[in-house]
Amino acid sequence: MYLILKNINLKLQDKFPKYLSCNLIYQLSHNIIGIVLPIIIIIIWYLLTITETVRNNLLPPPQEVIDELLNLSSDGTLFSHILITLSRVFYGFVFGAVVATILGVITGVSPTLRSFFDPTIQALKAVPSLAWVPLFILWFGIFEDSKIALISVGVFFPIYLNLMMGIRQIDKKMIEVAHINNLNYFQTVRWVLLPGIIPEWVTGLRSGLALGWMFVIAAELMGASEGLGYLMIDGQMTGRPALIIGALILFAIIGKITDEILYISAKPFLKWKVSLNTMQEEENNA
Amino acid sequence: MLKIHNVSKAFKNNDKSVNVLENINLFVEKQEILSLVGQSGCGKSTLLRIISGLEKASSGHVKLYDEIITKPSSSIAMVFQDPRLMPWLNVFDNIKLSILNDNKETQKFKINNTLKKVGLENAGDLWPRQLSGGMAQRVAIARALVQEPKVLLLDEPFSALDSFTKTNLHEHVKDLWSSLKITIVMVTHDINEATGMSDRILVLQKPVKNKISKNEIIKINQPRSSYKNDEYNELIKNCIFKTNNIQTAAFI
Ligand SMILES: Nc1ncnc2c1ncn2[C@@H]1O[C@H](COP(=O)(O)OP(=O)(O)OP(=O)(O)O)[C@@H](O)[C@H]1O
Ligand SMILES: [Mg+2]
Repeated sequence: MYLILKNINLKLQDKFPKYLSCNLIYQLSHNIIGIVLPIIIIIIWYLLTITETVRNNLLPPPQEVIDELLNLSSDGTLFSHILITLSRVFYGFVFGAVVATILGVITGVSPTLRSFFDPTIQALKAVPSLAWVPLFILWFGIFEDSKIALISVGVFFPIYLNLMMGIRQIDKKMIEVAHINNLNYFQTVRWVLLPGIIPEWVTGLRSGLALGWMFVIAAELMGASEGLGYLMIDGQMTGRPALIIGALILFAIIGKITDEILYISAKPFLKWKVSLNTMQEEENNA
Repeated sequence: MLKIHNVSKAFKNNDKSVNVLENINLFVEKQEILSLVGQSGCGKSTLLRIISGLEKASSGHVKLYDEIITKPSSSIAMVFQDPRLMPWLNVFDNIKLSILNDNKETQKFKINNTLKKVGLENAGDLWPRQLSGGMAQRVAIARALVQEPKVLLLDEPFSALDSFTKTNLHEHVKDLWSSLKITIVMVTHDINEATGMSDRILVLQKPVKNKISKNEIIKINQPRSSYKNDEYNELIKNCIFKTNNIQTAAFI
């Protein structure tokens, strides 16, 4: 498939002026290629249901799912469900990320603070996340706060771990360069530590966000009256597989979009890194 | 201007104290180029790091004019053996690191000037990963020069380069030295480099137990001419042979 697209790409390049075609079409073909697999899955899904290989009350055909979603969105309820789930992830993510970033940085920078905080944090990491639920419900009630707290817990660990390790692994030689050039503490943080750990931080943020999405489902499955997770439970209770599958697909799409937003906003800060991607891009720009 | 007074340095390696430098005494004149040569592991880098203020001497001290050096200062710049550029900063910002306290205008002016001097006027926007080894080393030299230091310490900055780039950079450094009137202390493994560039060469010896090691100084006659290099070559080798019976052919 990739080869075919690459060929199309090459053929198109002959027709269009090079400056126009090269980059744009290359990018497009790369984006398009990611949609191919979902389309194949949908086609197989369609064939399975149309031939009744799988019973329709277990796996409804795609158009039924679309109908269900359209039906829900006609009066705006779908939108408000999405919004409430998004806002839970958002607050949980921001809260967890802020705390994780602060703790990750200070434990990374200071060995004393690391030996103070890290054992406890590592021990807490070993607690299965769902084990927090009863406590959070007791502390924060059954509404928003406990859900956000649970999501924050999920978001926290990957960010914290990546940051702390990232800072510790910064080359001592670079610190020496800062030293010999008389950088003060803040200049060292600004020019050496922070930019040096951005890749690890972004990796942490992205896995944190992924866990945030995982935990929001957990939180909503356990008791909510709104949200995508609630829709799934609702679908289960009322025997509407189309609703469950619809919510599932929405989770996938929105999760992917939020990850993409995170990645794209981090990209300008990662330009210095050599990765296969940047090499290919540069090749194409040349 | 640089006075190294009775400097000794011992490192603790696995609970064993190892003497690396013993009672080094040396006076470096203003605008002199001094080379440090000697066997691998004899403490050349350590001495340079002590002069720079990165490392503390176990005893003795180094003075710049009349001030004892206790920590890195902007009067002394150092180029390490590897370029040590921050991969996340472009060439311009890497050089900027050593003059962060200047205002923006001054920074820009100085950096562009220095880039021109090392022949990289169009490389300011490049990332370190886009540089060749010689370019990266020149950026490192630019980073040291841009702060207009009184003393420039070079720790084998040319050793990883091919001979063509090397000769080029030698010329660069000589030009900069004569235009900026700085003092240079340079570690090298290359005798031609030492004799070709410097006024004096300090041949460092590894301290041997119960033996007072003698660090010889060789003065290079000015102006230098290349046919004399062989002579100096012999001289330096003799120096090292005299106190050490280890085969010396390989280490310089
Ligand atoms: N931080 C350190 N801790 C312990 N020992 C050290 C340290 N730095 C250097 N040494 C020891 O000091 C000795 C001299 O090291 P140094 O780097 O000064 O040698 P050098 O003359 O620069 O050698 P080369 O020519 O290979 O660069 C070595 O034996 C080394 O093991
Ligand atoms: Mg060395």
